[in-house]
Amino acid sequence: MENHKQQQDHITPYSTMLKVLVGLLFLTFVTITVTGLHLGAFTVAVALIIACVKGGIVITWFMHLKNETPIFRYMVFGVLLLYTLIIVITFFDYAFR
Amino acid sequence: METQKSHLNYIEDTQGRKGIFAWILSTDHKRIGILYLISITTFFLVGGLLGGLMRLELAAPGETVMDAQTYNGLFTVHGIIMIFMVVIPGLGAVFGNFFLPIMIGARDVAFPKLNLFSWYLYMTGALLAVYSQFAGTGAPDTGWTFYAPYSTDSSTNVIPAVFAAFVLGFSSILTGLNFIVTIHRMRAPGMTWFRMPLFPWSLYATAWIQVLATPIVGITLMMIVAERWFQIGFFDPALGGDPILYQHLFWIYSHPAVYIMILPAMGVISEIIPTFVKKAVFGYKAIALSSIAIAGVGYFVWGHHMYTSGMSGTARWFFSFLTFIVAVPSAIKVFNWVSTMYKGSIDVRTPFLYAASFIFLFMIGGLTGLVLGSLASDVHVHDTAFVVAHFHYIIFGGMGFSFFAAIHYWWPKMFGKMYNEFKANVAWLIVFIGFNVLYFPQFIIGIQGMPRRYFDYLPQFHTGHLISSIGAAILLTGIVMMIVNLMKSRKNGNPAGINPWGGVTLEWTVPTPPPVENFDEIPTITEHPYTFD
Repeated sequence: MENHKQQQDHITPYSTMLKVLVGLLFLTFVTITVTGLHLGAFTVAVALIIACVKGGIVITWFMHLKNETPIFRYMVFGVLLLYTLIIVITFFDYAFR
Repeated sequence: METQKSHLNYIEDTQGRKGIFAWILSTDHKRIGILYLISITTFFLVGGLLGGLMRLELAAPGETVMDAQTYNGLFTVHGIIMIFMVVIPGLGAVFGNFFLPIMIGARDVAFPKLNLFSWYLYMTGALLAVYSQFAGTGAPDTGWTFYAPYSTDSSTNVIPAVFAAFVLGFSSILTGLNFIVTIHRMRAPGMTWFRMPLFPWSLYATAWIQVLATPIVGITLMMIVAERWFQIGFFDPALGGDPILYQHLFWIYSHPAVYIMILPAMGVISEIIPTFVKKAVFGYKAIALSSIAIAGVGYFVWGHHMYTSGMSGTARWFFSFLTFIVAVPSAIKVFNWVSTMYKGSIDVRTPFLYAASFIFLFMIGGLTGLVLGSLASDVHVHDTAFVVAHFHYIIFGGMGFSFFAAIHYWWPKMFGKMYNEFKANVAWLIVFIGFNVLYFPQFIIGIQGMPRRYFDYLPQFHTGHLISSIGAAILLTGIVMMIVNLMKSRKNGNPAGINPWGGVTLEWTVPTPPPVENFDEIPTITEHPYTFD
């Protein structure tokens, strides 16, 4: 009952959803654009950063993380940190080869 | 609203379904646990039989009972079955499903239908794996690791085997997700995090690895498919790829997967030891938090599988350093188990024998792991029988013996019948001797230079291989004795009673076998989980 009430209290307005959608489309455009630039070793890093920002937007608004209790935010942060470290460590090998 | 609850136990209450449908359509966590028990035991016996055939081939030098290609297929299939279908789901799927809700004072897992769906996924993956062995172009010959370029070039049934592992991974993810939500949301009133028993703690740490690491191997396996089907160059240098990238991606999952196997095993041991020592577990919080520490640090040590792969020197010392760190929380657990036993009133019963064996064998596995975790010594024993011995001491000596401990510990509660303890102890002795005779010689011939995954060998390795094969026969005898003894107890065993071992966690307070919804009234927890009077 309480959960149901909480869910009803957090209806995101269409205008916000539309802004998020436009933001995601813009970042998709940026992703495609940067593939044409020669960023060398940073190509993958830039693509991943843009992807992370897009993922963050989806989680925050579309998946309602914004309205959740702090524990879920800590969990998501922990997961992002984990994947970041995994990717950084993998590239650590390539950087020194 | 409180509904009328059935007082029939979960075996008697078929919920109006008949025959096999009462099992394969049931969403009761206990019945699903039994489904996994039957499936996993069956696959364990098949995988064990394949291992036995390999030992038969290796009992004498030269081609004896099979050719090299068949041997390649056998060790690949043995690995796929044992890793993906037995030891990864093993303890969590069987005993986690059956006992997690009861131990935290819940009526079921958070998502019972998803739980049943996970079993169906598991069976689908398992059938795909079986299909890959017998259909089309023959059993895959890449080893269970599917290393590129073997897996991208092999003409054998790699793709069905890869899909099998992919589907099995989904099952694992969903089970992990279910356990995380169950533990967060469904603990009984008063059961704070530090009043939760240690087996659920270990399942919680494991579940996070299942949820976060498994997708990585799923994607990696699909990259193999993409490379084979569409010539996308992920791993093939000729297409612009990098074979070492495959090893990175594979071990990013597969090293944490070792902890998916071993953490629940450690949880089982943490339950059994206090019960048979009649003492609160020493260092409860240290054991609980060390599970989380192992799960966390365990993510960052994958590179120790790749010291000789061509990885950079800087990355190698980095991974070696982290590997030594992960030994610390494992050691914390062992010290605490031994400290729990110190000055305890030890009741040496069958589950305790297996638990004590676990500590002994896991220590051998762990300490030989230091030889492999250390850069300088690993180079000499990499890809030798030493690695095979170390791996089996950890996985079989660890997870396998823990599974045997768990089945003997919880069997009376699961089925309401007590097995013949004398026969169980004899079986334990045979299993323990057989295990060591099988695997210990492989340390020695490994150091002497016997490579792994070879179906033939030089004459100087004959004695070691022969002893090892004799050990396999002894081990198989013990396992068959153990299974027959347990199965006979279903028919002839004495009633077990509610609490045959004097345990103090919640599963020992519910009727034997447990009723469908576990508790008439959800208990309120007021004290530490291991409080012995």
